[in-house]
Amino acid sequence: MTTTTASTPRSTMRPSPIATGILILGALYCLVPVIWVVAASTKSASELFTTFTLFPSTHLFENLAQLSAYRDGLFWRWMLNSALYAGVGAVASTWVSALAGYVLAKFRFPGKSAVFSILLTGVLVPGVILAIPQYLLLAQFELTNTYWAVLLPQIISPYAIYLARIYAAAAVPTDVVEAARTDGAREFAIFNRIALPMMLPGLVTILLFQFVAVWNNFMLPYIMLGDDQLFPVTVGLSGLLNQGASAPSMYTLVIAGALVSVIPLVLLFLILQRFWRVDLAAGAVKA
Amino acid sequence: MTTATTPSGSSGSRTGVPETPEEPIDTAVLGPAPRRRPVGHGFRARVLTPYGMLAPAIILFLAFMAAPILYTVVLSFQRVQVQGLGLGSGARTTVFAGFANYVAALDAEFLASVGRVLLYGLILVPTMLGLALLFALLLDSKRSRATRFSRLVIFLPYAVPGVIASLLWGFLYLPAVSPFYFITEALGIDAPTILSSGLIVFGLANIGLWGGVGFNMVVIYTSLKAVPSDIYEAARLDGCSEIQIALRIKVPIVFPALVMTGLFSLIATLQVFAEPTTLRPLTNALSTTWSPLMKVYRDAFTRDDLGSAAATSVVIAVVSLALSFVFLRIVQKRAFGQED
Repeated sequence: MTTTTASTPRSTMRPSPIATGILILGALYCLVPVIWVVAASTKSASELFTTFTLFPSTHLFENLAQLSAYRDGLFWRWMLNSALYAGVGAVASTWVSALAGYVLAKFRFPGKSAVFSILLTGVLVPGVILAIPQYLLLAQFELTNTYWAVLLPQIISPYAIYLARIYAAAAVPTDVVEAARTDGAREFAIFNRIALPMMLPGLVTILLFQFVAVWNNFMLPYIMLGDDQLFPVTVGLSGLLNQGASAPSMYTLVIAGALVSVIPLVLLFLILQRFWRVDLAAGAVKA
Repeated sequence: MTTATTPSGSSGSRTGVPETPEEPIDTAVLGPAPRRRPVGHGFRARVLTPYGMLAPAIILFLAFMAAPILYTVVLSFQRVQVQGLGLGSGARTTVFAGFANYVAALDAEFLASVGRVLLYGLILVPTMLGLALLFALLLDSKRSRATRFSRLVIFLPYAVPGVIASLLWGFLYLPAVSPFYFITEALGIDAPTILSSGLIVFGLANIGLWGGVGFNMVVIYTSLKAVPSDIYEAARLDGCSEIQIALRIKVPIVFPALVMTGLFSLIATLQVFAEPTTLRPLTNALSTTWSPLMKVYRDAFTRDDLGSAAATSVVIAVVSLALSFVFLRIVQKRAFGQED
C-alpha cells in the first residue's frame, strides 16, 4: 500500500489502539479458517475428532501422500484441470475483451452504441443463471462433459469488455492510432503491436480477475461435467466431502486437499499484489 | 485500411468529398458528383473492419449468452406431452404450455426459497458493507497502525473459492472437529448448533461475509484514496475530529461506491448456490431447494422437468435484470457521460 502524500504524515498523528485493534480483529477473523486448515491438515483421522484442532500434529506428509494416492492421483489431475480452465480461459477472455474494448473505444461506426449497450446489458445477467441454459444448448451439440463445455462459456465476459473499453480509452492515444493508419498499417497489426502493449497493465488486472473467477467457479463445471477426470478442484473436493459424510475417514483427504488447493491462488495473490487493481476491476473511474 | 475515421460523423459517407489522397482516382472513374459512394475503402474501414474485430466477442456473446437466454424463454413456455407409455419415437412431443410452467414454478417451495435467500441477503449485505466501510475508514485513518498487514489479510479470502470457504467453515461449524465447540465444551457452555435449521442461514451469511468483506473494503478504500487530502486538512483546521471527518466527509464521498457494491452483493445473494450445496453433506438443515438456484438445478437434473426449471430461471433473470438496469444507470452516467 502506498501512503498518500498528505501534508500530515501518519507518524505525527497519535495512534489509536481502538482503530488498530478493530483492524487486527478483522484480520484475525479472516485468518481463523486458514489457521484451522493448516493445523487440521497435520492430523491423522483419529486425532481430528479427539484433539483440540488448533494444536498441530505430525501427520501432514502422511495426509498429503494419502491425498496423492487417492485414485491414482486424481486430486492432482483436478488441480491441473483447474489450472487449464483458469489459465486458458483467462488468456482467451482477456484477449477477446481487449480487442472488443479497443474497437469500442477507438472506432466510430454505425451501431456502435447499440452494440455496446447490448454487451453491457450482459454485465449483470448472472453467469450462474446462464449455466443450465448453456448446458441444455451445449447438450444439443454433444459438447457437455468435455473441456470445451467449461472453457467456452467463460471466455465471454461483458464486464471485462467494459473494463477493457475504459482502459483502451485512457491508455491508447488516438493520435498514435491515427498515425499508424496514415502509415498504412493494418488495423489488426495496430491493435496487436501498438494498442495491446499500451493496454497491458490494465489487461494484467483483467487477466487476474478472470483467472480467479474461473478458478473459483463451481456451478458451471458442476452442471456440465459428469466424468470426474475432467473436474476442476472445486467440484472434485465438493464431491469428496459428499463421500466423507458416509465415511469420515475421507475428511482428512478433504482437509489436506482444501489446504493444497488454496496455496496457488494465495501465492498468485501475494506475488502479483501490485496488479490487484480493485479500483479498475470495480469500474471505479475517477469522475 | 487507408481511410481514417473522419470527424464528420455518421453522415460523412454520404458526401462526395474525397477523404484520402487515393479518393480522386475513384471519383474520376465514376464521373462527377456520384450520388452514392460505392462500397470500397470507406465502407470497409467504417463498418467491416470494426465489426470484424468485434466478431469474436459478438459471436461468443450470441452463442453463450443470447442464445441460452432465448432457448430458456422458449423452453419455459413448453411442456413435454407423453402419449401412451411414452415409448417409441413420437411418444414424447413438446407442446405449447402457455404460462402453466410459470404457475407451477412459482409454488410454495420456490417462494420459501426466495424468503430464505432474502433473509440471507438481509443479514449478509448490511453486515458486509458496514464492516467493509468501517475497515476502509480505519485503513484510511492516520491513527491506525498495522494497516498494510490488515488490508492484505482481510482481502485474502477473496482468493479462496466459495466451495473451499464453505468447506473450511463447514468443519468449523461441525461440533466433532471445531475448536469453538471444543472450547465451549471445556468451559461447560452449551453452544448453539450452527448447522441446525434455525441458524444455518447465519452460518451461510458468515461464509459470504468472510469471502466478500475484503473485496468491498478495498473498493471503498480505493474511492476514499481518490479524494484530495486538503479537504481533510481544512476540516482538521476547523476543529473537526477524525470521527467527524469520517462521518461528515468520507462517508458521503464513498456513497456511490457503497451503492455499487450493495447492488453487486444483492444480486450475488439471489444466486447463492455453491455454499449451501457444499454444506449439504454436513447437515440435514439444508434441503435440495434451499435457494432458488438449487431448486432450478433439482427441477432440471433430478426431476427432468425442464419447463419448470426454465420458467424459474426466467423469473430469477428478470429480477436480476431489473436490478442491473439500476446499476447500468449509475455506471453509465459516471463513466461514459462525456464520451461519444
